[in-house]
This record gives sequence, C-alpha cells and structure tokens, in this order.
Amino acid sequence: MAEEKETILRIRDLHITFCSLDGSIHAIQGVDLDLAKGETVALVGESGSGKSVTMKAVMGILANNVSAGKGTIEFRYHHEDGRTETVDILKQDKKWIRRNINGKRIAMVFQDPMTSLDPTMSIGKQIMEGMIWHFKIPKQEAWNRAVELLKEVEMEEPRKRMKQYPHQLSGGQRQRVVIAIALACNPEILICDEPTTALDVTIQAKIIELIKRIQKERQLSVVYITHDFGVVAKIADYVNVMYAGKIVEKGTTDEIFYDPRHPYTWGLLSAMPDLDAREERLSTIPGSPPNLLYERAGDAFAPRNPYALVVDDKVKPPMFRITDTHFAATWLLDPRAPKVEMPKQLRLRLNRMKKEAEEHAGKL
Amino acid sequence: MPVNYNQPPLLKVEGLRQYFRVCASCTVKAVEDVSFEIYPGETYGLVGESGSGKSTIGRSIIRLYTPTDGRICFHGMDISRRMNPDTKTSLHTQIQMIFQDPKASLNPRKIAGDIIGEGLDIHHSCKSRAERDAKVKEIFVKVGLAPEHVSRYPHEFSGGQQQRLCIARALIMNPKLIIADECTSALDVSIQAQVVNLMKDIQEETGTAYLFITHNLSIVKYISHRIGVLHLGYLLETGTAEEIFGHPIHPYTKSLLSAIPVPNPAVEKNRILECYNYKTSGIDYSKGSYHLVEGMHYVKCTDDEFYKWN
Repeated sequence: MAEEKETILRIRDLHITFCSLDGSIHAIQGVDLDLAKGETVALVGESGSGKSVTMKAVMGILANNVSAGKGTIEFRYHHEDGRTETVDILKQDKKWIRRNINGKRIAMVFQDPMTSLDPTMSIGKQIMEGMIWHFKIPKQEAWNRAVELLKEVEMEEPRKRMKQYPHQLSGGQRQRVVIAIALACNPEILICDEPTTALDVTIQAKIIELIKRIQKERQLSVVYITHDFGVVAKIADYVNVMYAGKIVEKGTTDEIFYDPRHPYTWGLLSAMPDLDAREERLSTIPGSPPNLLYERAGDAFAPRNPYALVVDDKVKPPMFRITDTHFAATWLLDPRAPKVEMPKQLRLRLNRMKKEAEEHAGKL
Repeated sequence: MPVNYNQPPLLKVEGLRQYFRVCASCTVKAVEDVSFEIYPGETYGLVGESGSGKSTIGRSIIRLYTPTDGRICFHGMDISRRMNPDTKTSLHTQIQMIFQDPKASLNPRKIAGDIIGEGLDIHHSCKSRAERDAKVKEIFVKVGLAPEHVSRYPHEFSGGQQQRLCIARALIMNPKLIIADECTSALDVSIQAQVVNLMKDIQEETGTAYLFITHNLSIVKYISHRIGVLHLGYLLETGTAEEIFGHPIHPYTKSLLSAIPVPNPAVEKNRILECYNYKTSGIDYSKGSYHLVEGMHYVKCTDDEFYKWN
C-alpha cells in the first residue's frame, strides 16, 4: 500500500535561519516531511516550534530577513495536460512561485479570518480575484464558479453573500469564505494554519467537518497545523510533533495516540484536561519553550525533560525507527538507554482510550 | 477542596439584565434575566459561545458596565446601583479581574513590580515603601516568578509568565472573588496547564472564589465546582461539573458537549455531532423558567419541554 501512494510534497533536511537585531534565530533545524496525495498530515507543537514557518517556506512567503535556507522542498505537480513536473520550491524565485504555486497549486487558510480577508472588498470579488489572475477567465464565468464555491462551503444564500463585506459575516462564516478562496483555483495542497483556533467549539467542529468533506471530494492533500490534539485525532492520517524547529516524533495518528514514545509527546498528551477522569492536578511540562537565539548542544527538550539522560545534554538524538511509519528522536529508544516507562497517569489514560476504541470498533 | 454550600453566598446575581442601546431603534440585549450564586472558595464556570454574554456578565459584576436591571449582591452589599464610598472601596479591592490577553492588559512602560503594586499604592494599604516592596516580592514568589524580576518590563516575560503577573496583580489585594475572563485561551497547552494548576493552588491556600469565564469546556470541567451554560444571553443550565457533563438536559448543552474534540482517533473519526439550531429548534428561551433536575442542577425551560427532555 505504501508504495502505491504518490508523494507530492517531499521536504528534506530543511534549515531556516532568520536574521534579527539580536543575532540569528535558527527557526527550523532539519525538518523532513512527506505528504502523499489525498492524505492529511498534522503538524503539532507549541507556539514558536516552527510549524508555521515550515509551511510558509513551502508557500514561498517567508519574511525577508531569512539569512539561510538549506535543504530541499520538492513539490510534484500536474500540468493541465496531465504532465507531472517536480520542482524545488526553495530554488525558485518569488515571481515564479507567485505565478505557479501561490493559490494555484498550494493554498493556505490562515488562523484569523478577520485579518486574512480584505475589509474593503466584497466577498465575491475576493473569491474571483485569484481565478481571474491565474486562469484569465471571463468575469461572468468566475462569478458563477464563485457562487458554486460558496455553495460547496455550505453558505446560505450564496448569491446574496457575493455582494456582502467581511464585517457583515460571523467568524465561522468568514472562515468558510477563506476556505472558498483557497479552493478557488483547485489547488493540490491545502495548508490550514490553525484555522479553528479563533473559533468556538461548536463552529470549530463544523469547520473541521467541512474541511474533511472537501478533502474527500476533491482528493486534496491537507497539511493541518494545530496545537490541539483533539482536532488532530479527528482529522489527521499522519502526525508530526515539532519542538524547537525539529520534528521529534512522527507516525500515523494511531501510533502517536496509542503508543507515544517521545517524552514531549507524553507531556503534550497528559497536559490536555481529561474529560473522563477527575484528577486533582493537570500534569504539566515544566518551564517554557527554548529561545532559539541560543544554540544548544544536545537535545533542545532536555532542560524540560524529567527523563533526560546525561547524553541528552551533549549529543542531539537521531531519529530512531520504531515501525516503518513511526519514528522518534529521543535517546530513550537507544538500546543502551535505561528502560523508562511513560508517566503512570498517561499509561492509565491510554489504556482507557484503547479500550474505548475497541468498544467503539465493536459497535460499528 | 469541598465547598460548603450551607453558608450564605459570596456573590448573588438576581435577574441581571444588561442592554446596550446602539441607536434609537436598536438595543442589543446582551444578558437576559441571569441569576446565579457563588459561594466562598468556589469556582463557578461560565461557558458559552462568543456573543453569548459571558464576558458581559463578568464586566457587569465588577461594574465596568451599569446593569440595566437586576440585583448583584456581594457580601450582602448591593453593588448593582449607586454605591456609597465604603461599598465602592470594598468592591474595588475584594473583586479583581484577570483578562484574556496578558500582553494587552499589562502597561508596557511600567516595570512588573509597579504594575503589581499599583493596587496597594492606590488604596494606601502599605505604610512604608519597604513594606510594599516586601509584599510585592512575596506575591511574586507565590505565583512562581523570581523576585529578582520585579524590575523587568512586561515584554521581557514569556506569555505564561505574563499571565502569572496578571494573576499576581489580582491577588495582591487579597480578593474574595477573582473574575477570570478567558484567562487561559491565549496560552499554549502546556502553559495553560501550569496556569490552571497555579490557580487551583492559590484557591486552596487563600480560599478565594473564582468566576471562570471561558469557551474551553475541557478546562472548565477540570477547574470548576459548578458550571453555568449561557446562550444568547440566557443562562440555560446550571449545576455541578459532574451533573452537567454526566447528565446534560438542554439540547444546547448536549450539542456543546458533543462538539468537544476527543483525543482518541478511533472514536473521534466516526463520531457524529449533535446539531442544534435555535431558530429551527422551536425553543423560546424567554418563556422558560428554572426547573430543578436534582441536587444543584437547574434547567431553564417550559414545563412541556422539561418532560420531553427528561
């Protein structure tokens, strides 16, 4: 099965460094990522871990103070006549990316729908803008397509909405419009950068259902950036956990949720309040994320890691293979390392989750 | 910490209405006939979607707004109308607020020590400079910040530390009630857990009550003793956390609970959401009255609806 999948985005050893007044910030330090057609990959991590920067590099919309970008971002796309072509996005100039990638083949949905829409343009105009620019189609045709798109994202009265302005819509409706704009040019990859963080739970659930439905219908590949593991469980096929500019654990959703190996993933999973257990205290990850201005020898997570070994302070851990799809960067997986169990509280919770999952499977 | 529900309530809100007149023909009815009580040492969670009026209630209690109708009693004092100076002072010292965005609510041009000590200065609670500084440092330690950092500016702290500063600022007046308005929603998951634990520790130590306003249902279940569910300005359902989460009655509460994403992929991928639309549901909130389900669990509905849902 794994061989049949067509990888359309392959990131290898990506390094990105920003220049700032205080010195250079190593925002991304060697990220590998694969995205296959029709799949959803989630990037999870705290703020400042480099999730958004990675995806902005894919879109070619990084800030101007990038001093060094190393590695490759290979994107394989289809021409209209069916030919496929592979390009390295990092090596292309801005103009080429603007014409061939942005919006046309890779589209992005941002966190805050209020700031990503233009308040002075009507909804219709904003949806049509990309189609007219990329495909040079007549205005009337673009209008019809835009109405279709609004129907697809389940907006009521699409014809009326076309003439309205962003401030006349609610937060959830605005996010639907942003998704419609992203879909306008029929992209191959949809990048969702925390699209539901600014929304309520009820609306968040509806938007996620919408993204899932559209992905299935259009066979889109989706990269979903979030810090909410609940959302990940709902939407993702593969999960990448990021910390301090690196992917520390990656695997299928089931592997990450039922068999996490990295102490950081343990911490993130146990920091979520559990709806079923009445615990006295939430378990936390002590300290706060590291400042990437200062380079550290060894594992970046070591100062916050209660299971850190001596070697963690000296040598960066490599990616250890657990299964064909499951990898984690922690010295705990080294055969020489002492046997360390995950926290008891989390172990109990995972057991309960597995049981629930089995019961659920039995019901179906 | 168990709460003693037999003692008189610390804060009693009765029939609170808060209207905002936009123009001659349009009045926004943000809060409609809301009543609840908070007991000493209790955490009361207010949940609801945006626009449900949960923040407005918090702001009316601390009198950032003047309530249109209803009574708010704090410690037996009526604080919903014009107050005498004594009542005013006790309102200003004994109820404190923590806001959503720590960055925006800290004065960027003041050092941390002065931000925290501002309340002490205004109310002249300390006799000497040394006493004030000692008090500020003591609070710093209590919220888990290093006392050497009193001379830092807010931007030199991380997001979680800034929220700790806001908590310290609220705590320094020794309040009986802290209104926490979405105080964890701007924070990361791991930092959020730290702040919530800190708030629980402080409650254990000082016995303050919290009015915890949030839209994050999983946090509210964890921190609150009792929960109130708001929608469109109406308090639809209230009860202990176990009652609300274990046995929700109102269809809106049910839909709200079903929308929480569960971190369990096998279950979550196939779960079906409960939909709720006020317009098509045929429920008129204004007709309902409070019905007792059991214990402290009340639902606002008409008699017919109560039988139907139960």
